[in-house]
Amino acid sequence: MPAGTLYRGREGMWSWVAHRVTGVLIFFFLFVHVLDTALVRVSPEDYDKVVATYKTPIVALLEYGLVAAILFHALNGLRVIAVDFWSKGPRYQKQMLWTVVGVWVVLMAGAVYPVLGHAARVLFGS
Amino acid sequence: MSTTESPAAGVGPVEGAPLFDVDNPAPLIEAPRKRTKKTPRSTRGNFEMAAWLFMRLSGVVLVVLVLGHLLIQLVLDGGVSKIGFAFVAGRWASPFWQVWDLLMLWLAMLHGANGLRTIINDYAERANTRLWLKGLLYTATVFTILLGSLVIFTFDPNIR
Repeated sequence: MPAGTLYRGREGMWSWVAHRVTGVLIFFFLFVHVLDTALVRVSPEDYDKVVATYKTPIVALLEYGLVAAILFHALNGLRVIAVDFWSKGPRYQKQMLWTVVGVWVVLMAGAVYPVLGHAARVLFGS
Repeated sequence: MSTTESPAAGVGPVEGAPLFDVDNPAPLIEAPRKRTKKTPRSTRGNFEMAAWLFMRLSGVVLVVLVLGHLLIQLVLDGGVSKIGFAFVAGRWASPFWQVWDLLMLWLAMLHGANGLRTIINDYAERANTRLWLKGLLYTATVFTILLGSLVIFTFDPNIR
């Protein structure tokens, strides 16, 4: 570890890094998402045309990535709240991070078929 | 060295307390950050504390709103395949989902904007860079919140 840095590595720092990265990604998607939804004020055809891109396999993969980012940010955010407000939070922050990772893996496995199912039917037929 | 009562340089009188005391033969020195009548009123307020608290409160609410939103849009009832103008019209016919989406829009935008404000403050080292990045951020945030609110409030299922 170089001298004079505040970065300490391990669970604490990397969860903080991941929280920032996922937060920024989600925020940028939010801009796009409000804009695409605003097309319902233009015409049903224009809205459906743009939503059709959300149903293509490549964008479906991006949606799976979005779900991954949101789920991590949500679960780790609850952990941050526990660290801040629960008296034993700081002591158990590592255990709580691995709990977050475990729940995240289970939810991501569960999201494979619902999120990517449509793309699979497009690619391979139903 | 004089032994008179004139205080040493940097030692000022403490309000309401004599410089020397029977119990304090040495001069009392004001705690550096002690608030006294002479201290100017704080000019900063508690904005950062309020922002910190807002992130946690809005975060808890957003967990419910956003995960519910993902469940409805991407998981239940065929996932993404059923989304279209008709689906949006069906949901926004109910005030419940209008309020849900409006609250989600405002909280998510403000939560994200505050997060990005923190990141800009952390990494943009020049004052001018911070000013411009935050100006851009606030402009985009206000625009997006207003646009989204306008769309929810003026949605017309019979637009065509």
